[in-house]
Amino acid sequence: MNIAVLIKLVPDLVEELEIDATGTALDTTWLRLIINEVDEHALEQALLLKERGGGDVTVVTAEGDGAEDVLYAAAAKGSDRLIRLRGISFEDAPGNHTLARVFAAVLRDLEPDLVLTGVQAHNDLDGSLGPLLAEEMGMPYVGYLSGVQTEDGVCRVMKEYPGGLAAEMEIALPAVLGIQASEEPPRYLAISRIRQAMKTATIVDREAEQPDTTGAPGVISMFTPEVGEAATMLTGADDEVAARIVEILSEQGLL
Amino acid sequence: MAVAIDAERSFTESLEHRLLDIENGERIRACLQCGLCSGTCPVGYLMDFPPHKMIAALRAGMFEEVLSHDSIWLCVSCHACADVCPAQIPLTDGLMTVAKEEMVLAGNTPVELQDALEKSQRYGNPLGESPRRRAAWVEKAGIDVPVMRELRRPVEALWFVGDYASHHPRAQLATVALAKVFRALDVDFGILGAEETSDGDSQRLAGERGLFEMLADKNAKALSQYEFGEIVTADPHAYNAFLNEYPGLDIAYPTRHYTQFLADNLDRLRPLLTGRIDATVAYHDPCYLGRANGVYEQPRRLLEAIPGVTLVEMRHTRQASLCCGRGGGGMWLDGFLWEKGRVRPSEWRVSEAVDAGAEILALACPYEAPRFEDATKTVAGAGDLIVRDIAELLVEAMDG
Repeated sequence: MNIAVLIKLVPDLVEELEIDATGTALDTTWLRLIINEVDEHALEQALLLKERGGGDVTVVTAEGDGAEDVLYAAAAKGSDRLIRLRGISFEDAPGNHTLARVFAAVLRDLEPDLVLTGVQAHNDLDGSLGPLLAEEMGMPYVGYLSGVQTEDGVCRVMKEYPGGLAAEMEIALPAVLGIQASEEPPRYLAISRIRQAMKTATIVDREAEQPDTTGAPGVISMFTPEVGEAATMLTGADDEVAARIVEILSEQGLL
Repeated sequence: MAVAIDAERSFTESLEHRLLDIENGERIRACLQCGLCSGTCPVGYLMDFPPHKMIAALRAGMFEEVLSHDSIWLCVSCHACADVCPAQIPLTDGLMTVAKEEMVLAGNTPVELQDALEKSQRYGNPLGESPRRRAAWVEKAGIDVPVMRELRRPVEALWFVGDYASHHPRAQLATVALAKVFRALDVDFGILGAEETSDGDSQRLAGERGLFEMLADKNAKALSQYEFGEIVTADPHAYNAFLNEYPGLDIAYPTRHYTQFLADNLDRLRPLLTGRIDATVAYHDPCYLGRANGVYEQPRRLLEAIPGVTLVEMRHTRQASLCCGRGGGGMWLDGFLWEKGRVRPSEWRVSEAVDAGAEILALACPYEAPRFEDATKTVAGAGDLIVRDIAELLVEAMDG
C-alpha cells in the first residue's frame, strides 16, 4: 500500500492575527505557521494503516517556516519519504485550487493507492483540498472520515454525518480521503527522537510547477471579528444575581 | 539527551545500567524491600507497581512488566519516597523519572500529558500561550516591571517569573503582588519578558528529558545576554531547575526562591508591614521548596512577620508535607488520576488545613493557588478557607 499524506501549514491562532496594509491579507510579520490540526490526524491514520498492513508513507508539503520541523517529526513517527515543494509557500496563503494542482503534479509520479488529507483547514477560502485534488487526479473522494481499513485491495471507511450518524462505505482505490479524526490520537514523539530523525532523514526538495492560480475567489476585504455588545453583566448579592438568572432563563423559555 | 535502549542488552539490563549511571544510582542495589517508599507515596495504593515493587521487578529482570502498566503516570514526583528511603536511593530523580523517560521514548505518553509537552515544544510554555505574551501580566496589572532588553544595564536580581506565574490568571495575582513587594523594597530587578521560556523542570520529571534540555538551552541563551547578581524566582520548580539541574548543563547562576530573598531582607520588609491580618494561617510546604531543597523556615518567618497572624501546622508538614498533586506532570494528568483513583490530592490538603483550624492557607508556589481554591469548593467545610500566596498576604499587610 502506497500512501501519500498532504500537509498544509496554516496560521497559528495562538498568535494574534493582524491584517496587512492592503486590507485583503494577513500581516505576516508576526505570523507563525502550524501544521493544520486535522492533517496531523491524516498522518496518524496513514501510520496506523502502515503498521497494520504494511506499506509506504510519503509526506508532501510545501515551503513555509516550520515545514522542515513538520517533515522531520513525520519521519520520526515512521514516514518513509519526505517531499517539500519549492516555489510555493504557505506564507503566501495559496488557495486550495492552486495547491491541488501542484500537489497533483507530484502525486502523479508517486502513483499512490491512497491520498490522505485533513478534511478541512481554518483558512480554506475556496473549498477543501481533498475534493479539488481528487478532481485533478481523476480519483474518487470521500471526506469526514474517522476510520480507514484496507484489506485485499478493498478500502472501507467510516464517514461521519451531522447528528451523530455514521456510515461504513467501500471506496475503489486509488482514492483521496479527507480525514476528520484518526482512529488513535496523533502520537507524541520525544524530542530526542525528532533530533535523531533530523540527522538521519532526508527531505527531497522538488520544484513546484508554475502554479495555475485560477479558480479561487479573490478577497476584497478582510475584517477582524467584531466584538459583541450584547452581554449584560449582573451585579449585586449572590441571591439577587441567582434570582435574576432564573428569571432571564424563564423569560427565554429555557426553564 | 535521553539515551535510547541499547539493542545489545535486554530492556531491564539497559534500564538498570542507566539507573546505575545517575548520581547515587548504585544505591538501588541496597534496597531492603522495606516498602516505606510505597507506604508513604500519596498515590502508592493506586499503583500496580509502587516504587519498592518496581525495584523488585528490576531485580527479577521483569521491568517490561512494569512498563506495560500505566500506573507510573500516577507519580507526582513529590519526593516523599526518596525522602523516607533508609538506603537513600534516588527514587524520584532516578527510578521514577528514568522509567517515565522510557515510557515517553517508547511513545507511551498519556494523551493529556502529550498536549502539555507539545505546547511546551512549540510555545515554550505548557499552557499553550503565545510566547510573546509572557509578560502580558505586567500591562494587565498596570505596574512598572523592568524588562532586561529595555533596561540595558546590570541588575542585582533577575526575576525568573515562570510559566504559571506568567500565564495563569489566578497565579498572576500572586505575581503582581510579588512585583509590588519588590517595588516597595526598592529591589533592583528585571525580568526576561518574552525572552523567558519554561524552566522545563516538570517536563523533565514527566519523562521528557530532551524537551527539558531544549528549554534550558533557550533560557541559557536569553540569560547569557545580561548581567545580574542572582536569579530570584517564585516558582519552586524553576528554583529546583536552576539550583540542581541547570548546572549539569553548564548553566550556573546563584538562585534564591523569593521567600529566601525576602526573609533575608526581613529587616527592611518588617517596617512596611503596617497593617494586620488577624487570622489563623497554615503554610503548605511545596515539594520542591521543602522536601527537595530543604527550605522550610523562610516562608514561615515571613508569615510570622505579619502582625496578627497566628501560624498553625497541618498534620503533614515540613518534610512530611502532602503534595498538591501538580508536580511531575501531575497537573497535566488530572483526568488520568481521577479516572484511576477518583482522588484529588489538593482536596486532602485542604481538608487538613480545615482540620488545623486555619482560616488562610498560605502558599509559596504558583502551581497551587488555582488547585487549592478549586478544592475549597468541593471539600465539605472548606468554603470559607482563603487561599493566598505569601506575597499576596505581604501586600495586604503593607496596604493595611
